[in-house]
Amino acid sequence: MFLNMDAIMRIDDLKKNYGSVKAVDGISFSISEGICFGLLGPNGAGKTTTIEMMEGILSPTSGKVYFRERKIDNHFKQKVGIQFQNTALPEFITVRETLVLFRSFYPNPRSLDEIIDICSLTDIIDRDNRKLSGGQRQRMLLGLAIIPRPEMVFLDEPTTGLDPQARRNFWDLIERIKAERTTVLLTTHYMEEAEILCDQIAIIDHGKLMEIDTPGNMLANHFDGALVRVPHIGRQDLQVEGSTYQGDCLEITTKNLDKTMKELLNTGLNLEGLTIKKPNLDDLFLKLTGTSLRS
Amino acid sequence: MKKFTAIVYARTMEFLRDKGTFYWNLLFPLVLVIGFSIAFSGNNNFIFKIGVIGEPQGSRVSFLELSSIEIIKYEAEKEEIIEKIRRHQIDMLVDFNEKTYYLNNEAAASELLRILSSDELIDYTELDVTGDPIRYVDWLVPGIIGMNMLFSCMFGVGFVIVRYRKNGVLKRMKATPVSPFVFITAQMVSRFIIVILTSVLVFAGTNLFLHFVVNGSYLLLLFVTSLSIFCMISFGLIFAARLKSEELASGLMNLITFPMIIFSGVFFSLEGTPKLMQTASKFFPLTHFIEASRAVMIDGAGIIQILPHIIALSVMTVIFLLTASVLFRWE
Ligand SMILES: Nc1ncnc2c1ncn2[C@@H]1O[C@H](COP(=O)(O)OP(=O)(O)OP(=O)(O)O)[C@@H](O)[C@H]1O
Ligand SMILES: [Mg+2]
Repeated sequence: MFLNMDAIMRIDDLKKNYGSVKAVDGISFSISEGICFGLLGPNGAGKTTTIEMMEGILSPTSGKVYFRERKIDNHFKQKVGIQFQNTALPEFITVRETLVLFRSFYPNPRSLDEIIDICSLTDIIDRDNRKLSGGQRQRMLLGLAIIPRPEMVFLDEPTTGLDPQARRNFWDLIERIKAERTTVLLTTHYMEEAEILCDQIAIIDHGKLMEIDTPGNMLANHFDGALVRVPHIGRQDLQVEGSTYQGDCLEITTKNLDKTMKELLNTGLNLEGLTIKKPNLDDLFLKLTGTSLRS
Repeated sequence: MKKFTAIVYARTMEFLRDKGTFYWNLLFPLVLVIGFSIAFSGNNNFIFKIGVIGEPQGSRVSFLELSSIEIIKYEAEKEEIIEKIRRHQIDMLVDFNEKTYYLNNEAAASELLRILSSDELIDYTELDVTGDPIRYVDWLVPGIIGMNMLFSCMFGVGFVIVRYRKNGVLKRMKATPVSPFVFITAQMVSRFIIVILTSVLVFAGTNLFLHFVVNGSYLLLLFVTSLSIFCMISFGLIFAARLKSEELASGLMNLITFPMIIFSGVFFSLEGTPKLMQTASKFFPLTHFIEASRAVMIDGAGIIQILPHIIALSVMTVIFLLTASVLFRWE
């Protein structure tokens, strides 16, 4: 990982303290060009702080940020597109006027028509910024982020608050951007989203990097086999191999499903509601951070 | 340059479409000027005001004893008193020592006073003065426009940038290649256009029915106005440099603008106020705007006479801009 020759961005022992709060506590990783990199973590994990240091918006307490192996400079801002977690837009102007305004900031901007097409803005193009719905707003903000034909885009929770359909549509937009070989750095609380979009994932918690890998490897390394879950068992004294308790719920990760099922039957437990599934990133996340992503 | 004009355009649109603020900026000064002109017109118990110098020699001058005539005895320089006739502040001046009297050709009262006095001031010479009357509104209008300029500059730049900082517009700008310098200059230019246009509109609009006296050059007036607006915007920028809270910003700006308005002589002349206050008022841009534009309008002053004000405004502008740029942070 540290000898990533085609890395577009690299951070090295990045730290940010707010007084005694260590928002980011020594994170290092690199992002290969052209991939979609997912930054996952529970609320307050330090995702926004990390991404904003990478964007050059926040200055780190210590550590370094490199873009194409160089410290970020003024040209950097012409080459990247940024979508913040909470962005305000100039008021009283329309989507079209906002796009025109932001186009004027870049040397070689995408044409208005192209942005409208990619982000499906036709219906809302002459609407006042203040009158957009959540989903329309996110499309518009993505539109702003891709104006400079960026080599890399930073998207901080772009789909939070969108309905399932709007979220799926947004994934299509991101796929279109990826198809142009634009590198994407994305934070999200939705595991499903990360599994579908991301080529590589970093899980962070309490400002520290917990795990970094492809979604497939990560799952394979942590759970090879199936996850058996029995709800409402009301006891925590069962001697079944590989069992853990999540509150009232028994969870068993196993490679040998036959053996586990026999053992379970032998306990004489009420197995109503038992589920067997392949573990997904949600389960992994729970295992690593002890919190559910969306809590 | 493209960035610059785009930001100016966006900011100006934001202002024009924010109907409330727009009409407030335009109507408030209009209403004030007209309100004051109505409130302060008329209600004079005397029909004529006559200034006298010296004592009548020989026989009594009986028309001066009429109850509808107010007599003001002067010791001052004759030039100053003649100036008062020119501005219609008094209707006549009788100089008993030199056996002359002065009347204003333009004043309706002069004809009556000439007839009234003809029997008694027989061997006196009449000297005529010309000049339009100066009313309280003539004197007041630069003050009201100046006050409006101050509000509009302070809140339109200072407050708005604080709001941009608080709601994240500045952060979004920071994420683009736009430099703070370009962004701030564009804000200033947009506000400048807005304020100069509203000032001209308010003046022209009220002038339609109040017919102000402008003895000096309109061009000079425009120059003083522009310089003052620039100075006030720069002043507003100091507040915009760092503050994050709109409440704090508006509190501080009110704290500063109200004394300025009271002590800059918007509503009453500073003559006769304590020396300390007069000195303090010299540090307010508004004072210099009001004094310079009154001098141009009423006294017909040229650039030389108002040079001290121009220099003061320029120096302040430079100081304000330097302070603001040293203090400025996107966040
Ligand atoms: N300006 C700040 N001042 C003080 N503490 C801050 C500041 N910004 C963030 N923090 C703290 O730093 C930690 C990390 O915050 P951050 O916003 O990076 O989390 P996040 O992973 O983006 O969370 P979320 O999923 O809720 O967006 C939190 O504990 C937060 O309270
Ligand atoms: Mg965040």
